[in-house]
Amino acid sequence: MTDLMGTKRRGGKLDLQAEPVILNIGPSHPATHATLRFIAELDGETILSLTPEFGYLHRCFEKESESHTWTQVVTYTDRLNYVSPLMNNVGYAMAVEKLCAIEVTERCKYVRVLISEISRIIDHMVCIGTNMVDLGALTNFWYFWKPREEAYMHLIEPLTGTRLTTGYTRIGGMQWDLPEGWVQKCRDICRNVFLPAIADVNALLSKNRIFIERTMGVGSITAKDAIAMGFTGPCLRAAGVPLDLRKDETYLVYDRFDFDVPIGEHGDTCDRYMVRMEEMRQSVRIIEQALDQLPGGPINVDDTRYVLPDKQLVYTNIESLMQHFKNIFEGIHVPAGEVYSATEAANGELGYYIVSKGGGGPYKIKVRPPCFNMFQAMPLLCEGQMIADLVAVLGSVNIVAGELDR
Amino acid sequence: MAEENNSPVLRKLAEKFGDAIVSTHSGFGDDTAVVRREKIVEICTFLRDDPDLRFEFAMDLTGVDYLGEVPRFEVVYHLYSMEKKRRVRIKSRLHEEDPTIDSVSSVWPGMNWYEREAFDMYGIVFRDHPNLVRILMYEGFVGHPLRKDYPKAKRQPTVGPVE
Repeated sequence: MTDLMGTKRRGGKLDLQAEPVILNIGPSHPATHATLRFIAELDGETILSLTPEFGYLHRCFEKESESHTWTQVVTYTDRLNYVSPLMNNVGYAMAVEKLCAIEVTERCKYVRVLISEISRIIDHMVCIGTNMVDLGALTNFWYFWKPREEAYMHLIEPLTGTRLTTGYTRIGGMQWDLPEGWVQKCRDICRNVFLPAIADVNALLSKNRIFIERTMGVGSITAKDAIAMGFTGPCLRAAGVPLDLRKDETYLVYDRFDFDVPIGEHGDTCDRYMVRMEEMRQSVRIIEQALDQLPGGPINVDDTRYVLPDKQLVYTNIESLMQHFKNIFEGIHVPAGEVYSATEAANGELGYYIVSKGGGGPYKIKVRPPCFNMFQAMPLLCEGQMIADLVAVLGSVNIVAGELDR
Repeated sequence: MAEENNSPVLRKLAEKFGDAIVSTHSGFGDDTAVVRREKIVEICTFLRDDPDLRFEFAMDLTGVDYLGEVPRFEVVYHLYSMEKKRRVRIKSRLHEEDPTIDSVSSVWPGMNWYEREAFDMYGIVFRDHPNLVRILMYEGFVGHPLRKDYPKAKRQPTVGPVE
């Protein structure tokens, strides 16, 4: 087990007594899609050893959050995984609500499921799209970029007012309710945009001999190693381990939906692609069921200790005005204690460990970014393979530097 | 000695390790055990391998700086058992003068980088770690930025190109 990290080399002996070549990749390289760096030791085109390096995008999320109020931190969580920001907002709000013992309203739970699943779909689309463009399959990139753009234009922008830095959740609810016509539009996008796009890419790739030979057996990992390395999410499921927190540690209202958890067999780039493709279809299933079941009622809890009072009351009533002022300036009051709350984000388990000493802001927040473990395992996935496979593997494990570096 | 509790994990830990478990609680539904740092590898190996516990996933590891308290630092482990669908939090307190603890990267190889990060951010030293160097900060950075006595607005010169 100990040779998983560090010195293990699968490349074998050097040819022709040649010295290995040291190749630097990144930190600014078109195929890394983020500021990541690798130092690869090569024998010809075979990777003998690989040293990943990161931290170029470190924005001190954890340090900054210690001097902000609970609600202000929501804004920072957008910038973790910026491909699916809504999901990070939900994970954070759930962690703080666990500490406050708030039970959010039924409608809020459904809205959180909806935005999480839309985020999962666009996150997987970006992952597969950029992974394919690195392998030379540009068409798939455009086939997935268009539906993503439509989701931004017709669902996320009308809902949150912005594209990437959404900041839509609040402790105890959401910023506001769904806009008029959103439900119908969401149904329409799922049926007429997401599913056809998935079918198009599926037709282009899933039985494509070039794609399969390029990805099958590339960057594979066994279930045992994946568990030891702390893999979660699609990368773990591709290795054949059916762990999905939506099923295994069900939260919000995921237990009310009928959906399947796809798993792979070999944990290679091809399986990771297949798992993500199926997960998108399952997410559409969840969204459609959630839209059917979507209840009415308030979106926020009826408790002004956590949620801002109604604007009408703030302008007409002194207590509400004071409460509004205190919630904004002092921050909401969260009891002292510590919690760990995990959600199934697009990349895997997104965990928040929060320590509160009471008062308006956190004492400490630690984020468990899902792609941290996958990036850590890059040597294990790539050593002994070709240098060109590094690009294929890197895209398929979906490293997002925003959450990796925080 | 651990007080009476209803969590099977904590009960089992208390039975097996006795005095090495400083205290336990299940606040906010999270089972938590504070353990003596000397026993951390032994306890973690037991948690991973015991057929009733099977914590095969180490999800998270971090430090916390309780400046002004004695002991000052805390290392926090979050474990998950897929088989039993359970979580547990293990914590260990470290004194400011000697913030060292044994590395658990031999138990869960995935903890390697988490320990590097805790070292980088808090200056906690993990004994027998294969490669304990900075991870998010650059070589030549002075201090440990997540310590509470590290000023938030402090600036350090950025490094030039590597010679």
